[in-house]
Amino acid sequence: MSMNAATLDHRSSFRSVRPGQVIAWTLLFLGGIVMITPILFMLSTSLKDASQVYDLRLVPESPTLDNYITVLSDGRFLRWFLNSLFVAVAVTLSNVFFDSLVGYTLAKFRFRGRYFIFIAILSTLMIPTEMLVIPWYLMASSFGWIDTYWGIMFPGMMTAFGTFLMKQFFETVPDEFLEAARVDGLNEFSIWWRVAMPLVTPALSALAIFTFLGNWTAFFWPLIVTNSRELYTLPVGLSSFAVEQAIQWEMIMTGASLATIPTLFVFLLLQRYIVRGVMLAGLKG
Amino acid sequence: MRAAPATSGRAWDRLSLRHKRVIWAWGFLALPIVFYGMIRFWPTLEALALSFTNWNLLKPASFVGFENYIRLWNDPLFWQVFRNTFAYLIIGTPISLIISFVIAYYLDRVRFMHGFIRALYFLPFLTTAVAMAWVWRWFYQPVPIGVFNGLLTWLGLPQQPFLRSTTQALPAILAPAVWAGLGFQVIIFIAGLRAIPTSYYEAARIDGVSEFTILRRITIPLLKPTIVFLVVFSSIGFLRIFDQVYNMNFNDPGGPLNSTKPLVLMIYQTAFKSFDMGYAAAQTVVLFMILLVVSLIQLRILKDR
Repeated sequence: MSMNAATLDHRSSFRSVRPGQVIAWTLLFLGGIVMITPILFMLSTSLKDASQVYDLRLVPESPTLDNYITVLSDGRFLRWFLNSLFVAVAVTLSNVFFDSLVGYTLAKFRFRGRYFIFIAILSTLMIPTEMLVIPWYLMASSFGWIDTYWGIMFPGMMTAFGTFLMKQFFETVPDEFLEAARVDGLNEFSIWWRVAMPLVTPALSALAIFTFLGNWTAFFWPLIVTNSRELYTLPVGLSSFAVEQAIQWEMIMTGASLATIPTLFVFLLLQRYIVRGVMLAGLKG
Repeated sequence: MRAAPATSGRAWDRLSLRHKRVIWAWGFLALPIVFYGMIRFWPTLEALALSFTNWNLLKPASFVGFENYIRLWNDPLFWQVFRNTFAYLIIGTPISLIISFVIAYYLDRVRFMHGFIRALYFLPFLTTAVAMAWVWRWFYQPVPIGVFNGLLTWLGLPQQPFLRSTTQALPAILAPAVWAGLGFQVIIFIAGLRAIPTSYYEAARIDGVSEFTILRRITIPLLKPTIVFLVVFSSIGFLRIFDQVYNMNFNDPGGPLNSTKPLVLMIYQTAFKSFDMGYAAAQTVVLFMILLVVSLIQLRILKDR
């Protein structure tokens, strides 16, 4: 919605098209094509057989899906794909629930210690993940969480970024709405869940998109906490697969395409929401 | 969570509304407090404590004072890694911000196929760094495999070693990181540009001010919050680069001759290849200090101007 309003912005009034604008448009367009060239080459090579790999033309002479059949036939990629999907969805749901619950509490409740809790949570933003992985690893070892889904997921179940983002948005919800619900006899949990949450859906979708994407592409922690192939996430699996394929570039590109196509597909469906989510999170976050 | 206050029966009914709300608030925060305590604060302290110990997982940790930090200071590899880490920052941040600003500045004015062109720039942001590291690794191969060398040969230029060269490997690894981040920065810049009230531009146009002066005197100063955010955000990203480095030289991560090794990779190898946990913990503390100091310096410089 905001995108539509913005494109009607009068700054871009094109009543008379000047040559400068045509040149700018052409350069931007060509730059955009260059930007997606690596993705196009990846997809194109995944459709070539081994004998065509050295032919660097973008459109394969005789495209084939054989590579996909080979890569998918032993089920590893499907497993890694499902692992990544499960981990990313579970962590996203957890963040959407807890980050907004905490953000809401900090934005709408008045109690002693509120400010302290907020600052404490916010301060964790400064601690880089890398500083925490060794203690997490030790913790996971002693609790038997190595090589489990929970082991991959537990560090990200709540984030300070998400909490801060949701707090910012809940502050814009008028108190009168919540007060009216209170008069109607709703308990505080229902007020949050049924009244406040629907009012911040743009922020929730921004949070969901960021959390999902971050976990879908995560490499560092899953690499550390998983040992067995069955538990690999897609990036870790792809990395091990690519090492194993050595110089079979068409196979590596097929694996890379399998890791990339789903997010591109989702993007094409949800472009407007994703761009708006990035803008929201970037401006408020 | 919902049941807890209800079961306390009559005592609960006698509480004032305000007190009830305070109890609800702490009820909502209970689990998150445990989480942040156990998964964020305790590990932070543990990492600090570990950095003063000598521990390889086999025998119990022993307190060694500042020995790990002294060892790090005297480790030539650390200084190499330190230089590399800052090279990623110093090359990556300005280049990516300048390119993304120029794109955003012009893209914001484009109406014809705006969404489509924006999507072209944004798509790489949605890719998985590991997947793209392998695509770029393939691009950098010598002829007849690599795309870049194929292009150079076609243009009649000499082939380049790229990932095999100690001087070219670092920029070659940085390129996909910059490329993947551009779309995000462009979107944020466009959002920032649109937040500038159009009345400023109208006033300037009426006064007959040139486009360049408008850019320099109005757009860039008013865009400062966006610029500060992106400088700090992307700097942290470049200082923590790992996925690309690990995958693009997988047989010798950080090579050739450690010329591309960033601090995070050194931490990974010290902790999870050599299992020298105390030493690795000291390295993570140093990483934390670097991130903190760089962010503070950037905020100080940018906020003042």
